[in-house]
Amino acid sequence: MQLRVRALETILTEKGYVDPAALDQIVENVETKIGPHIGARVVARAWVDPDFKRRLLEDASAAVNSLAGFDPVAAHLIAVENTPQTHNVVVCTLCSCYPWSVLGLPPVWYKSAPYRSRTVIDPKGVLAEFGVSLPAATDVRIWDSTAETRFLVVPMRPAGTEGWSEEALAALVTRDSMVGTGLPKPPEDESEAAR
Amino acid sequence: MTNSIHDMGGMHGFGPVTPEPDEPVFHADWEGRVYALQRAMGATGLWTIDGGRASLENLPPLAYLAASYYKRWFLGLERRVVAYGLVGEDEIAAGRALRPGIRLNRKLTADDAKTMSFAHFDRPAPGPARFKAGDRVRTKNIHPATHTRLPRYARGKLGTVEALRGCHVYPDTAAIGAGESPQWLYNVVFAGRELWGEAADPAIKVSIEAFEPYLDPA
Repeated sequence: MQLRVRALETILTEKGYVDPAALDQIVENVETKIGPHIGARVVARAWVDPDFKRRLLEDASAAVNSLAGFDPVAAHLIAVENTPQTHNVVVCTLCSCYPWSVLGLPPVWYKSAPYRSRTVIDPKGVLAEFGVSLPAATDVRIWDSTAETRFLVVPMRPAGTEGWSEEALAALVTRDSMVGTGLPKPPEDESEAAR
Repeated sequence: MTNSIHDMGGMHGFGPVTPEPDEPVFHADWEGRVYALQRAMGATGLWTIDGGRASLENLPPLAYLAASYYKRWFLGLERRVVAYGLVGEDEIAAGRALRPGIRLNRKLTADDAKTMSFAHFDRPAPGPARFKAGDRVRTKNIHPATHTRLPRYARGKLGTVEALRGCHVYPDTAAIGAGESPQWLYNVVFAGRELWGEAADPAIKVSIEAFEPYLDPA
């Protein structure tokens, strides 16, 4: 593949369609600029700031874009909140739509046939493969990303984190917990860091 | 194409999901280059995101399944630059340009690329929304030979409108060069049992983002 891709890049460059420096910049953006750390910051803010959380659930794009220094600009972002009654899971059965602006590029499993096929029909089985088991009384809501709207799960704040700083809380928020295939890290994992 | 291999919701047989610990953004340099080529060529405005998706869906099923995500992107892009007359088959075979390129309206510069912008797909509403939150709707049983975003598992099913998303570019027309034709977009939620039968877990609900032409009142 390396050779085929290089050949196509050469052709497109020689014909004047692409600038290799722009390609370098695009790769740098996704390798260094965007990633789950952005979403973790959003979730931690929602945990400590009820007004921000309200705005996030009302219009996530506006709330996220209002955060100081937020880059890139999100579009059509929708935040869905986990509660003791409902656990949310995000999938794209038709391709691999994913909230790039807040989570970066998706992991291979999110783009894989097993995840895309089974999440809508057997979500609890899929969650078990991630080591997640929910209380029997918890409903599971699957969000299939069939348009340009993108979903960010706001997981429940772990118990035992009262008084934690936003930064310490953000360290508990995993990528998978914002897709719905995981839960935030328990506070004992990070309590050393928080002190 | 609509009833092709990309429409995977509810299929069996693909095995377990296997998460990879500490996964890198790209697993090889070429994956990053394919991602960047796709973004840069997308910025020329020659095709729509839906046209791009359609070119992946039109891959033969075995090629689609055999290819990794970025290989699929590569195969789709290679087909598209040839289909749009930007590159000749002979140039793909030669691995280099044999003729000068045609003039494009826009070429992404390194400076442009510094700003990561994600496109907006909402458009002014051509008319009032037909449905409101709480309305019962039935999805149409359609099988167009061209691109659609109504998954097979959710066709002909009874659901409830949960939210309105505004008017968005309609993928079914945008993908085939028939214009944006903006349509109201809704979140429609279905009970697991409506989709998968009585044996399904009653605790499961699945929602899709459904364009108005996909829906009938119920």
